Amino acid sequence: MSATDVTGTFTPPTPTQPDRRPRVRPGDAPDTADRVFRGFAVGSGIAVLAIMGMVGLFLGFRALLALRSAGWSFLTTEAWEPDSHNFGIKAVLFGTVLIGLTAILIAVPFALATALFISEYAPRRLQRTFVLLVDLMAAVPSVVYGLWGAFFLQGNLTGLSRWLSTYLSWIPPLSVTIADPNDPLATATTYTSSTFIAGVVVAMMITPIASSVMREAFIQAPPGEREGAFALGATKWGMIRAVVLPYGRGGIIGGTMLGLGRALGETIAVYMIISPVFTMKWHILQNGGISVSALIALRWGSASDFGLSALFAAGLALFVMTLAVNFVASSIVARSRSGAGAEG
Amino acid sequence: MPPARLGASASRPGQAPPARTQGTVLPGQDLPRPSGDRPRLRPGAVRRSDVLALVGAAMASMGVTWLLFNELAPFSGLLGEIVVLWTTFVVLYALLVSFDESVQAVRDRLAMVVISSLAVLLLVALAFVVTYVLFRGRDALTHLNTFTQDLSVAGPLSPITQGGILHGVVGTIEQITMSLLITVPLGLTCAVYLNEFRGPFPRFVRTIVEAMTALPSIVAGLFIYTSYILTFGLGKSGSAAALALSIMMLPIIIRAADVVIRLVPGNLREASLAMGAGRWRTVWHVVLPTSRSGLATAVILGTARGIGETSPVLLTAGYGQATNFDPTGGPQVSLPLLAFELFKFPNETMRARSFGAAATLLVLVLALFITARVVGGRGPGNLSPRQQRQAARSSRQDAERFVRAHAERQGLVPPSGLALLLGPPVAPPAAPPVARGPAPAPPTQIHPVVDAGTTGSGTAAPEDQSPADAAGDGEESS
Repeated sequence: MSATDVTGTFTPPTPTQPDRRPRVRPGDAPDTADRVFRGFAVGSGIAVLAIMGMVGLFLGFRALLALRSAGWSFLTTEAWEPDSHNFGIKAVLFGTVLIGLTAILIAVPFALATALFISEYAPRRLQRTFVLLVDLMAAVPSVVYGLWGAFFLQGNLTGLSRWLSTYLSWIPPLSVTIADPNDPLATATTYTSSTFIAGVVVAMMITPIASSVMREAFIQAPPGEREGAFALGATKWGMIRAVVLPYGRGGIIGGTMLGLGRALGETIAVYMIISPVFTMKWHILQNGGISVSALIALRWGSASDFGLSALFAAGLALFVMTLAVNFVASSIVARSRSGAGAEG
Repeated sequence: MPPARLGASASRPGQAPPARTQGTVLPGQDLPRPSGDRPRLRPGAVRRSDVLALVGAAMASMGVTWLLFNELAPFSGLLGEIVVLWTTFVVLYALLVSFDESVQAVRDRLAMVVISSLAVLLLVALAFVVTYVLFRGRDALTHLNTFTQDLSVAGPLSPITQGGILHGVVGTIEQITMSLLITVPLGLTCAVYLNEFRGPFPRFVRTIVEAMTALPSIVAGLFIYTSYILTFGLGKSGSAAALALSIMMLPIIIRAADVVIRLVPGNLREASLAMGAGRWRTVWHVVLPTSRSGLATAVILGTARGIGETSPVLLTAGYGQATNFDPTGGPQVSLPLLAFELFKFPNETMRARSFGAAATLLVLVLALFITARVVGGRGPGNLSPRQQRQAARSSRQDAERFVRAHAERQGLVPPSGLALLLGPPVAPPAAPPVARGPAPAPPTQIHPVVDAGTTGSGTAAPEDQSPADAAGDGEESS
C-alpha cells in the first residue's frame, strides 16, 4: 500500500481504520498479582543482600580490632599468639596456599583425565553411569574423606613420602629437614600429619568437582568441528587436542579454580590430619603444617575476645583470597568460548 | 562421532554376490573392484596387534615390577608398586606400538591408555574411600542399638552393644529441616528475581551472591557464633546450627537455581506474555514448571552439601550426649559433628561409632543424591513420553477452552484460521461446544458467522499443530 509518487518521496501508509482500543503496553499497569509478585521478588533480593552484607560487614567489623592492633605486622608475623599481641597471617596463609597447591597439582591430572575419559573414550551406554558416579563423589561429606585420610592414608602414604624424599630430595619442597631419609631407622612419624597427606585428602575431595566442570565444557564441543577434524585425518587424540581441549579451556581453568577455592576453604579434613605448626616451611612431606580454617577450628573455643577478633581477621584474609580466586575463575569462564550457544 | 562405522553396514565388495538373483539387485555389485586385493580399511575395528600390544605390555610391566620389588631394588609399599607398575606399563606399551605404527598412532594410543587408566584409577580410589568407611562402620551399623539409643547410656568404655548415634540423627534431621525452611523459599524467590527482572540491582545481588559462594564454611560458623551466641547470648543450639547452615547453603541454592532458570528458553516466556499473561502468571505457569526438575536438583544438591558440613555446626551446635529434640535450647549434635567428635577418642568402640555415624551420613547423602538424579535427570523442557502426552492433553483442553470462551465472548464461531491454529476440539465433531444456542450477532461483525458444522468438520489441523507442541519445538531448537 505504500506508494511512491512521481516526485520520488515516500509516503508512509496511513492506517485506514484507527484502532478504538487504547494501545496495550505490557508492564505499564501491572495487575495486583504482578505487583505483589514484584514486591516479593525485590524483597527476597533485598533480604539475601542484607544477610550476605551483614556477614561481610560483621566479618570486617570484628576483624578491625585485631587488625588495628597488629597493623602491617599482621601480614609479616609468623607466630599466632594473639593474647600476647604477637600474631600474623604469614605462616598460616602460606600453609593454606601450600595445601591448596599440593591438592590442585594432584587433582588436575586426574580430573582432566576423568573428564576426557567420560566425554570421549567411555562407551556411550556407560557414560551416564560414570557421570553419576563422579557427581556422587562430589557430594560425599568432607568428614568421610577426613576419616579415611586419618585412619588409612596416614599409615599407608608414609612409604611413598619416604620414597619421594629419598630419591627426589633435589626438588626443594620434597626434601625433609627433621630426619635423614637414608636412615632406615628414622621414625615414620616424620612423614605423618604432613601437608602432603592433607593435600592428597583434599585432592580426593576436589577432583570430582573440578572434573564435572571440565566434563560439561568438553561435552559441549561442537560435533561439526569434531567430525571435521576426523575428516581431515586426525587421530582421536589429534581431534581432542585440536578441538576439545581448546574449546574446553575455559572449563578446564574454571574447574581448576573452583577446586582451588574449595581446597583453600576446607576445614575438617585438614584439621583431622595436620599437626599445627606456625612457621613458614615448604617441606611438604614432613610432619606439620597449618591452614586458616583449621586454625579457626582449633582455636575458636579457647579464644579470648581479642583472640576471636584475630581469628576473624584470619577468616577475612581467607575470604578475600577465595573471593579473588573465584572471580578470576568466573571471568575466565565467561570470556572463553565454552558453553557459547547454550542459550537461545 | 567416530567415522568408524560408516562402512560397517554398507555392502561389502569383498564378498561374492549371492547366487540367488531374484532378490534385490544392489548397484555396483557387478563392477570390477577398483583396487586389487587391498583389504578394506576399517578405522574403528579392533585388530589383533592392538590386543597383543596391550596384553604384552601389561604382562611385561607386571614382571618388571615384581622383579624390582622382590629381587633387585629395596622398594616396598603397595602405593609405590602401583606407581611403578603404571609407569612401566605406559612406557612398554608405547614401545610395543611404535614397532608397527607411525608416531601419530603411537601418540594416540598413549593418550588413550593414560587417560583411561587415570580415570579408572580415580574411580577405583573414590569407590575405595566409600567402601572403606562403610567397612569400618560395619561394627556399629550391624547393631540395632546404634540407631535406637544415644550416648547418654554409654560410658567411654561400654561395649558397642550399648549406646548409639540416635541423637546425631535427630539433630541432623531437625537442623537440615530448619535450614531448608529458610533457604528454599528465600533462595528460589531470589533466583527468580535475578532472572525475571532487569536492572542494576539484580546484577548487584547476583554479584554479591557469587562472592558469597566463596565464603569459607568455618567463617559462616564463626559469624553465627559471635553474633547469635556471644552477642545475643542465646547459647549453642540446633537453631544456631541451622542458621549457620542456611548462610552456607543460601548462595549454593541461589546459584544452582539461577543457572537452571536461565536455561528456560526465552521464546516460552515471550509466548506466555504474548498470550496476555502477566509477569506473575508467566513465572508460575511457565518458568517454574519448565525448570521444576532442575530446581529440585538445586535444592537437593544444596541439602547434600549442608547435611555433610561439619565446621559451621562445630562452632554453633555444641556437643551433648543425650538426645535433644528441642532445637532452641541446649546442645544438639549432628551426624558429621558426632563422627568428628568421636574420632578424637582413643578407644576402638568410639572409633567404630564414629565410622558408624559417618557411614549413616554417607548413606543419607547418597540416597538424597540419587533422588536428585531421578527427579532432575532431564534438562528443562525435556519431557518423558508420559509427560509429553500429559502436556499434549492439557494443551488440547486449553485449546477447547479458548475456543469456547472466545465463542461465548464474541458470540460468534471462530474463523477457520483460528481453528487451525488452536487445533481440533477434543469433543466429537458431531457436537462441538460452539454449537450451543443461537449466536447473538455482535454490533460490529467483521467475519461472517460460520456454521458450527463447518468448524467441526474443519478439523483438518494436524494434532502436532497445537500450541503446546509448537512451544515444545521451540524448546528443542534452543
